Amino acid sequence: MKYLALGAATFLIAQTAPPSAAYAETPELTVYTYDSFVAEWGPGPQIEAAFEETCGCDLKFVGMGDGAALLARLKLEGARSEADVVLGLDTSLIAAAKDTGLFTETQVSADYALPIEWTDSTFAPYDWGYFAFVHNTDLTPPATFKALAASDLKIVIQDPRSSTPGLGLLMWVKDAYGDEAESIWAGLADNIVTVTKGWSEAYGLFLEGEADMVLSYTTSPAYHIIAEEDDSKAAAVFDEGHYMQIEVAGRLAGSDQPELAADFLNFMVSDAAQSILPTTNWMYPAVMPSGGLPEGFEALVKPEKARLVDSALVPAIRDEALEEWLAALSR
Amino acid sequence: MLRLENAQVKQGRFAMSADIALERGQKYAVIGPSGAGKSTLLNALCGFVPLATGRLIWNEDDITQAAPGARPMTMLFQDNNLFPHLTVAQNVGLGLRPDLKVSKRDLDKVNDALQRVGLLDQADKRPGALSGGQQSRAALARVLVQAREWVLLDEPFAALGPALRAEMLDLVQDLVAETRAGLIMVTHAPEDVRRIADQVIFVAEGRAHAPEPAAALMDNPPPALREYLGAG
Amino acid sequence: MAGRAVSLSSKTGIGAAALVVVLILGALLAVLSRAEVGSGLGRADWAAIRFTVWQAFLSALISTVLAIPVARALARRRFPGRGLLVTLLGAPFILPVIVAVLGLLTVFGRGGWVNQGLDALGLPTLSIYGLHGVVLAHVFFNLPLATRLILQGWHSIPAERFRLAAQLRLTPRATFRTLEWPMLRQVVPGIAALIFVICLTSFAVALTLGGGPRATTIELAIYQAFRFDFDLSRAALLSVVQLIVAGGAAVVALWIIPQVSIGGGLDRPVQRWDARRGLQRAMDAGVIALAAAFLLLPLAAVVWRGVNGLPLLPVSVWQAAGMSVFVAVISVGVLLALALPMAGWIATRRAGGVEAIGLLGLSASPLMIGTGWFILVNPVINPADVALPVTALVNAMMALPFCLRIIVPRLRETVQDYGRLAQTLGVTGWPLWRIVILPRMRGQLGFATGLTAALSIGDLGVITLFADQERVTLPLQMYRLMGSYQMDAAAGAALLLLVLALGVFWLCDKGGRGDAEA
Repeated sequence: MKYLALGAATFLIAQTAPPSAAYAETPELTVYTYDSFVAEWGPGPQIEAAFEETCGCDLKFVGMGDGAALLARLKLEGARSEADVVLGLDTSLIAAAKDTGLFTETQVSADYALPIEWTDSTFAPYDWGYFAFVHNTDLTPPATFKALAASDLKIVIQDPRSSTPGLGLLMWVKDAYGDEAESIWAGLADNIVTVTKGWSEAYGLFLEGEADMVLSYTTSPAYHIIAEEDDSKAAAVFDEGHYMQIEVAGRLAGSDQPELAADFLNFMVSDAAQSILPTTNWMYPAVMPSGGLPEGFEALVKPEKARLVDSALVPAIRDEALEEWLAALSR
Repeated sequence: MLRLENAQVKQGRFAMSADIALERGQKYAVIGPSGAGKSTLLNALCGFVPLATGRLIWNEDDITQAAPGARPMTMLFQDNNLFPHLTVAQNVGLGLRPDLKVSKRDLDKVNDALQRVGLLDQADKRPGALSGGQQSRAALARVLVQAREWVLLDEPFAALGPALRAEMLDLVQDLVAETRAGLIMVTHAPEDVRRIADQVIFVAEGRAHAPEPAAALMDNPPPALREYLGAG
Repeated sequence: MAGRAVSLSSKTGIGAAALVVVLILGALLAVLSRAEVGSGLGRADWAAIRFTVWQAFLSALISTVLAIPVARALARRRFPGRGLLVTLLGAPFILPVIVAVLGLLTVFGRGGWVNQGLDALGLPTLSIYGLHGVVLAHVFFNLPLATRLILQGWHSIPAERFRLAAQLRLTPRATFRTLEWPMLRQVVPGIAALIFVICLTSFAVALTLGGGPRATTIELAIYQAFRFDFDLSRAALLSVVQLIVAGGAAVVALWIIPQVSIGGGLDRPVQRWDARRGLQRAMDAGVIALAAAFLLLPLAAVVWRGVNGLPLLPVSVWQAAGMSVFVAVISVGVLLALALPMAGWIATRRAGGVEAIGLLGLSASPLMIGTGWFILVNPVINPADVALPVTALVNAMMALPFCLRIIVPRLRETVQDYGRLAQTLGVTGWPLWRIVILPRMRGQLGFATGLTAALSIGDLGVITLFADQERVTLPLQMYRLMGSYQMDAAAGAALLLLVLALGVFWLCDKGGRGDAEA
């Protein structure tokens, strides 16, 4: 039994470690977010530095997986969560997030540069993008899903059961085609090279040349233009309009720093934060920074029509669309 | 005095019984047909197979339940008498210190024993590099340092040639004489019995018979033994 | 074997096995405790279960069947670079999934080397996507593991037996029947079961190369239940199904393993006299060349893609690499504490049923274990504070079945051959381990610890669930790079990961082998 005791001991040792600095002199604000936000090349470090300049506090980002993982973690922790703010949910997760009853309303006022009007008072948007198929510029892209289905082009998409862009595409087709969605998917079946677990895998396959197009964002080419000085990537504009992903932040009712949390949400829509996001998160800022968009963004395509399903309706539509997707692609 | 009282060993369908008393300092040969239970008898004495009934008494102590290492005996098997990954000296040293924490004095004893069997120059070799005869000698060197009251041999020299085997038996005889140990030896060869044994334990049909003086028995064997030895 | 068992204590072994069972069942119960009445298993779930079992069965079958000629050829031949090849064979197994998949695609993908070649010859190109792609990838991962384990079986046949075979002038076929086939019957079922269980929990490989939702596995369904539906009862139910299927496979495999002893030898180096003729030589050379090409080309692709990315690596990647090595060292420690007593317990028993417990650790969904323990730990302490021990424990548990497979046969043999000798000498307890068992298992322990360390370095593991900013591991950092368009830097990180994992594997394995042959 010696080893069993040893195993238990490691747990106990960790248990006696000092509790996180809830009683420290400087107040600490804990923000749960997705993984790529906190990476040293992501927006996290710059946002943290900028906010700490004014707040007199210690901002602590905790990164975990993606938006869906964030929400699952929050549900597991429940009211005991140490998080004050959750940053990185998107419009398709808002309904489920509100269902937890863990979030509270926040007064955030900003002059949003969103294609739609923002009315939600619990969550504040901080950046957004259009889903789109990204391709190499030597290809003449189709202009509709139907044209894509009729073509020989190969695409890689993400699984809506494990990834938020995958879910976005599901909602996009459903919103654009309604009852016709299943037949659109049936038509696309022979174009789909494969379905991946997440965005990274799909984008990696596309860059490897495994597919002609990949589901990503209209802002994706901006990365290649700005960071790599490579203008060989472009996003295809579809006549059906483009489904949007709006990334939002909200604060928790159980927070021990409610004012600081509200300050942070307001900071996220301020010029300081918004000017950081385009070239670190590679999305459009929710509020236009005073300096405008960085050079390179002007080259991006601009869809004429934005699509978004009301967040309250997402769960029901998602289930129906998922059934259709599975049926069409499992044949 | 080593006494096996009303002992019975059961292994599956095989059973062997024994009720014998053995005198320290005597040399016993265990003979009998294949499969009669010679090895089982030795394994029972050493504690590798439990007694189903009966007791094993050493002097006044009941050692029926004692662990093999705690008994007053050591055994040489048919094979695997040396650890291949340890040197000859380490193998012998294990006879003194089961944790191999050999002191200077222990080391002298190991070297004496190796000298005694003529292997001092091979001390740092591994068993795999030795000849069959040398391996037997190394094992005997270990028996020597163990200096137990009883030495049990389960045909350890069966693979050696006649001359080499005779040499080993002489060496064994010398060693037990030096340590005043008793010897119990399984053998198939009547000439071995004549060469070394004082007494003979005849094992047949699942029964170990009480020891009888070797010379008399071999000269005038009872019918069952006569049959085993064959005409001649 | 003698009736009285050799004095290896079974208490610590039982304790270690109990710990594994408690870890898994504890997690399962914790998940269930939070579950609301769920939807049960639907039609799609049953389809996923069928697909999972079928692809795992095919993968296990093909991996082991192909591994036999490769291991045989490697066992019979000595050539320059053989040791290096044997080490490199360990690489696919320890690579993070996405790295291996991208490597495979560089070779077998739509625009990969194979298809470029076919195209140049005017032949129709091949698609890797589909069930065959899933199996191909799983064979790529597991063929080397099977080869190594079977090769170890070959090396456990004592040199004396091959001398005897040479004496009797046995033909290669007769040598196979008398010496090699009994050994294979002993080792192959266990290896096949192991690979079956590994492939059961496949998720990203099956989905990516399976070409779509047809290739949905149980693990993906569990992921969906946890992440998107937060349907804990369904997640737990699926986890139980996974455990049952894996447990069933383990029982079947252990049941058909015959209890045969190959017998002891004197540790002489094996020299082979059979199969010296031209045809056998050519066939062995062909088999080795094919296997090496199949396994090493995708690795070459990983290296080739990664070299350019190395200079792009941010400092944090190097720090993460250090953290990964640290986690690996702790995982190895935990592994030894679990595996050695368990192996000791298993080896002194006649039946091998206990080994099935080892397989449970592998067949339990990491997401389930992570979530379950998160639920258990969270009310008491901040999960981030226990990220390190939990990760090490889970890593060790995942490696446990491999290590038992590696350690147990040798330990059993040691106990059989030298148990009585040790007992007459009174060598028991810790000295028995120190003087007899550990030295006799040096090679196996080196292999086992190397594998654990490498797996631990390559594993994303539960650390993502217990997220902790100070403990970012290399695979996590690599995924972050990929997640922010930095594919070249990610490829560099993947190369670093490959080098690091292979490096620790080589060090441990080499240390174990000493001057002896693999």
